[in-house]
Amino acid sequence: MVFAADWAGFAQQVVGGLASGGIYAMLALALVLIYRSTGVVNFAQGEMAMFTTFLAWALVQHGVGYWGAVALTVLIAFAGGIALERVIIRPVERAPALTIAIVTLGLFFLLNGAAFWIWSPEQKYLRSAFSTRPVEIAGVQISIQDLGVIAVAVAAATLLAVLFRFTKVGLAMRAVVANPDSSRLLGIRVGWMLALGWGLAAALGSVAGLLTASPSFDQSFMQPVLLYAFAGAILGGIDSALGAVVGSLLLGVFLNVVTSLDTLGLGWTIDNDLRLPAALAVILLVLLIRPSGLFGTAQVTRA
Amino acid sequence: MKAVARNAVRVLLIGVAIAVMIVLPSYVSDFHSRDLAQAGVFFIAIVGLNIVTGYAGQISLGHGALMAIGGYTTANLVAHHGLRDVWTIPLAGLLTGVIGLLVGLPALRLSGLYLALATFGLSVAMPSILKHFSGVTGGDLGLRLVEEAPDKITGLSGTVTIWGYTLTQNHFLYYLTWSIALVLLVAAWALLRSGTGRAFRAIRDSELAAESFGVNRALYKTLAFGISGFYAGVAGSLLVVSAEIVNPLSFTFLLSITLLVGTVVGGLGSLSGMIVGAFFLEYLPDLSDRVSRAPGVASIVYGAVIILVMIALPGGAGGALKRFSEPLTTRLYTRSQ
Repeated sequence: MVFAADWAGFAQQVVGGLASGGIYAMLALALVLIYRSTGVVNFAQGEMAMFTTFLAWALVQHGVGYWGAVALTVLIAFAGGIALERVIIRPVERAPALTIAIVTLGLFFLLNGAAFWIWSPEQKYLRSAFSTRPVEIAGVQISIQDLGVIAVAVAAATLLAVLFRFTKVGLAMRAVVANPDSSRLLGIRVGWMLALGWGLAAALGSVAGLLTASPSFDQSFMQPVLLYAFAGAILGGIDSALGAVVGSLLLGVFLNVVTSLDTLGLGWTIDNDLRLPAALAVILLVLLIRPSGLFGTAQVTRA
Repeated sequence: MKAVARNAVRVLLIGVAIAVMIVLPSYVSDFHSRDLAQAGVFFIAIVGLNIVTGYAGQISLGHGALMAIGGYTTANLVAHHGLRDVWTIPLAGLLTGVIGLLVGLPALRLSGLYLALATFGLSVAMPSILKHFSGVTGGDLGLRLVEEAPDKITGLSGTVTIWGYTLTQNHFLYYLTWSIALVLLVAAWALLRSGTGRAFRAIRDSELAAESFGVNRALYKTLAFGISGFYAGVAGSLLVVSAEIVNPLSFTFLLSITLLVGTVVGGLGSLSGMIVGAFFLEYLPDLSDRVSRAPGVASIVYGAVIILVMIALPGGAGGALKRFSEPLTTRLYTRSQ
């Protein structure tokens, strides 16, 4: 009997972990998309998602229906991502990766400041995309929201995989990553493909933002998520899309389980406010033991 | 001839700068000298950050976290162990230097963006870590030195008397910060001109080439982090000495990024540029407040400046200074040679 109760508790934690992991996975995919196409870690990814979430909130405040606002936000995020690449990243395209990373940090400040400037610092409330009502599956209470988030994450990852594998644009984007010079000779618009990568990343991030935002959010709500997404992406291998998804899901489950060991009957647990340091520990361990992560390609550098 | 002339100009400029720094508090309000002291804190921190990022080429987004260690060392020693605040400054520097060495260890295996990510993680996680060890750090509330050890704060009564001179507390903080800053600047300058500095630059420009010339990559990378940590620790300590209060939110990861902004604006790999970077960090929020009091304006300007500097002037203020000064000065002495 005790065992059964523990099992249900454990299963709940796992599903909850998969749900938060799914959100990290979308942001991690966005990071990987940009990393693969431009070799840059986009520190502004979280703030881009924060900004678009505020846009969605503003749209709802102006009387647009929730789903209409969501659709518009994803579209605006896509266009905005392309615009950012064209205007801000393009001029430093050939600069060292470090320079570009610093530019994305500038973008971080810019978006963060803009969100404070346009929308006041108070907490904002946005309804959830899914009902939070629990359903019982095999004796385990699972909220519909968690299931919905997992479904959205899986759908987003699948769509992206289909785009890259089965469409001409996807093929062109992969070609640009593999060999920009040859791609250019074959008539692929390299610059636009990179911009498209930014657009897709921003759109993915905006979904992650919307899923994180309910019930309430403020200007800093995506900052921890960004660290979790980094941790997930590194765990999976920062240049692997599959790795980003698997790594983030694992991380979500891991964090949920280690912070609820006591409810599982161990009498001891890791404090919930140590989630961020735990993610840091994951990043450090992976980078020190196996920098290429679970699915990434080992880097061989040539001087 | 060239070297003599150049050095003469340099010594003159430095002399003038020091003279200005000494008399400056007499010309500004008492309260304003505290702002100037704050600029000195930024100066020390970004000189340290520049050693590891600008000269040794190892990006660090974790210097806010290192400052936190220095700041908390001071706060803890004063509040719980009854040390006088100013004597904790070197201890804070040393302890943070050791922590810096530890941070440098992962840097041996990580380079570039991975290091950026790891140090970014450190500064994002730091406030949670500080909250967790509440026995040492006072948890969420932090440590309030004014209440816990008022007799250990130098100048709390309003004035400080040193060698017969009586200073207001704000003037004392100003002179304290900037004399430490001057000493540390000279130390950094000497270090970077020595073989160690050359090894740093060699690693920055090409790790492989440096190693094949016999530069001990592991030693110098860790050393750069250690020294840089010492600077960050002293800066964090001074911050707490002047604020008299510390809590986990004093050192968010935004501080780490802000420090990087200051270093970039001042010029990576330029020590003299750091003075521009420090004043930029200290006065930009004030300036933007004057333009608009709306929240977020300072961040917008920070962001815009950093992007514009990286696009148009990757060398920062120091690089620009060099570019403008070089043609004229070279012309001046090439004839006499």
